[in-house]
Amino acid sequence: MSASVPFTRPLARSPIRPRLLTQLLSVGLAIVTAVSLMSGALPISGDELMAIVRHAAGGVDIGFAPQQYTVFMELRLPRTVLAILAGVCLASAGAALQALFRNPLADPGLIGVAGGASLGAGCVIVFGVSLLPATWAMLAPFATPLAASAGGLTAALVVYRIAAGHGGAALAVMLLAGIAVNAVAGAGLGLFAALATNEQLRNLSFWSLGSLSAASWQMLALLSAPVAAALLMLWRDRAALSALMLGEAEAGHLGVNVATLKLRVFVATALLVGPLVAFTGVIGFVGLVAPHIVRLLIGPDFRHLLPSAALLGACIVLAADLVARTVVVPAELPIGVLTALIGTPVFLYLLVRERRAWLPA
Amino acid sequence: MVARVMTNRNAALQAREVTVQRGGATLLDGVSIQLHAGELVALVGPNGAGKSTLLKTLSGELVPDAGSVLMHERELHNWLPQQAAQMRAVLPQASSLSFSFTALEVVLFGRLPHRTRARDHEIARAALALTDCSALAERDYLTLSGGEKARVQLARVLAQVWEPADAPVPARVLLLDEPTAALDLKHQHSVLRIARERTRSEQAFAVLAVLHDLSLAAQYADGIVLMDRGKIVDSGPPAQVLTPEQLQAVFGYPVRVVPLPDREQASIAVPGI
Repeated sequence: MSASVPFTRPLARSPIRPRLLTQLLSVGLAIVTAVSLMSGALPISGDELMAIVRHAAGGVDIGFAPQQYTVFMELRLPRTVLAILAGVCLASAGAALQALFRNPLADPGLIGVAGGASLGAGCVIVFGVSLLPATWAMLAPFATPLAASAGGLTAALVVYRIAAGHGGAALAVMLLAGIAVNAVAGAGLGLFAALATNEQLRNLSFWSLGSLSAASWQMLALLSAPVAAALLMLWRDRAALSALMLGEAEAGHLGVNVATLKLRVFVATALLVGPLVAFTGVIGFVGLVAPHIVRLLIGPDFRHLLPSAALLGACIVLAADLVARTVVVPAELPIGVLTALIGTPVFLYLLVRERRAWLPA
Repeated sequence: MVARVMTNRNAALQAREVTVQRGGATLLDGVSIQLHAGELVALVGPNGAGKSTLLKTLSGELVPDAGSVLMHERELHNWLPQQAAQMRAVLPQASSLSFSFTALEVVLFGRLPHRTRARDHEIARAALALTDCSALAERDYLTLSGGEKARVQLARVLAQVWEPADAPVPARVLLLDEPTAALDLKHQHSVLRIARERTRSEQAFAVLAVLHDLSLAAQYADGIVLMDRGKIVDSGPPAQVLTPEQLQAVFGYPVRVVPLPDREQASIAVPGI
C-alpha cells in the first residue's frame, strides 16, 4: 500500500436505491430516444412522430409527410435502435470484463477485445467471402460478425492469459497486453488496407473511430440473437460474477465453478462485442464509463450493476450519436471522437486512483 | 489428527497421504490429517513448511499430485461446488478486493451458497456483531484498516457456515489461513475465542487454523499439527506437541515452555537476550 490514499469516503456511496436508478435511467433513455427519432436533416415534430408510430401500428396515414415516414422507418429508427444496442453491448461487456479481471479499468476497447474483433472482421472483408465456396454464399452476411466474435474471443483470452496471476501488477500487465493486442490489430488492419480495393477500404476506414451510419434492419436482425444470448448468459451468472470480485479462490470457496464461469464470460463478451464491432467499428470508452458511473451511485454488485450500466451505456451512445450526426450537418463526426472526449478523463481519473494498487509502495 | 487415524469416528475433513509438487519442489510429502467435529486444530510450523499448501489442498483450491482429500468420507471433487460451499468456508491469507463494496455486502457474499434469502441480512449482521464490526457495516471496505478488513472477511466466512447446512451432512468446517496475522492483541484472542466457542456451541463444527503465534495455539487449540518441510513432524494435544526439544528442532531457535500457574495451558516463550 502506498502512503497516499487519493481519497477516502466515510460512506461507500450515495443513497440511491438500485431500482430507482434503473427507473430514472429508463425514463432518461426514453427521452433521448424520442429526441433522437425527431432530430436530423429532416426534422420530425412530436405530433408527427406520434402519427408515424400510430400508422406503423396499423393506423391511418395522416399527420406526416410520406418522406418523413421513409426517413423514420429506413434510417432513423434502425440507427436509434442500433445505438441503443451498441450502448447495451459495450456497457454490459465492460461490466463483465471488469468483474472477470477484478479491475475497474477493463474495457473492451482498451484491452483489445474490440481490436481483435475488428481484425477478424477486416480479415473477412478483404479475403474471407471470396474464399468461401459458392454454395456457402448465403452464409456471407454471418461471416463478418462470426469472424469478429472469434477475433474478440482470441484477444480476450490472450490478454487474460498474460495478465492473470500477476498479483498487484495485474492491472499494469493487463493494460500493456491490451496495448500489444491493439497494436497487432492496428498493424493487421493497416496491412488489409494496403491490400484492399477501394470499396473494401471504405468499409475498413470507419473502424478506428466507429460509426452507426450503416444501420439497417438486416444488421439489427443479425445482432439480436448473439446479443440476447450473451445478455442472458451474463444475467444467469450475475451472482457468481459479483462473488468473483472478491477473488477467484474466494469465489471458488463460495461454490462458484470459476473455470467454467470465466469461459462463459469470455464467450458472452465476444458475442456482445464481436458482431457489434463488425457493423459499427470500435466505439471506445463506453464500456469503461457507464459501469463506472453506476458503481459510484449504487456500488459494484453485478446484480444491480448490469441493468443500470446497460441502460446508461445506451443513453451515452445514443446521445453521442445524436450529437455526431446533427452538430455538423450535413457531415457527420465519428462517434468515437465524442465517446473518447467523455471517456478519457474518466479513464485517467481511474488510473490515478488505481495506481496505488500496482505501483510499488 | 494422526493419533486418531485408527478410530472409527468419521472425520469432517481429512487428507490421506497427500503429496503436492510444484516446479520441481515437493511442498507436501505424503501428509495425512484428520479434522473432527468439535475440534479446533492449529497448524503450526516455520515459513515454507507447507501449512498454507495443506490448507489449500484441504479446501480444494490445490489438487494434490497423489493422495486424496475427503470431506465426510466423500472425495472432495465429488461434492457439488455449491454443496461443499454450504458446509465449508475458507478464510484466505490476504484478500485483493478492489471494488467499493460495503462491509455488509462483503459479509453477505458468505450467504451466496445458501437459499435462505430472508435470513441473510440478519445472519450477516450477527456475524459482523460477533467479530466486533457492527459499526463498520455501511463503510466502504476499501477504506477499512488491515485489521478491520481481516475481521470483516472473518465475518464473511462465519456467515457462510452460520447454521447447519441444508446439505446431506449437517456438518461444518472452517479453514482459517493465519486469521490473526493483521490483528491487534485483543482481536487475535477474540478471533480464536470465537472459533473455539463455535466448535463447542454449534453442532458438528470443526476449525482448522494456520497460526504463527505458538502461545495462541497452545492456549486455544484442542490439537496441534506441527509441520516442517512438507511433512507432519508431530500431532496431538498441545502439551504433547509443543515441547522445547521439538520446537527447537523444527524452528531452529531455542524456546522455553512456561507453565501458566492459573491455567491448564502452557505459554511458549523465547529466552531473553
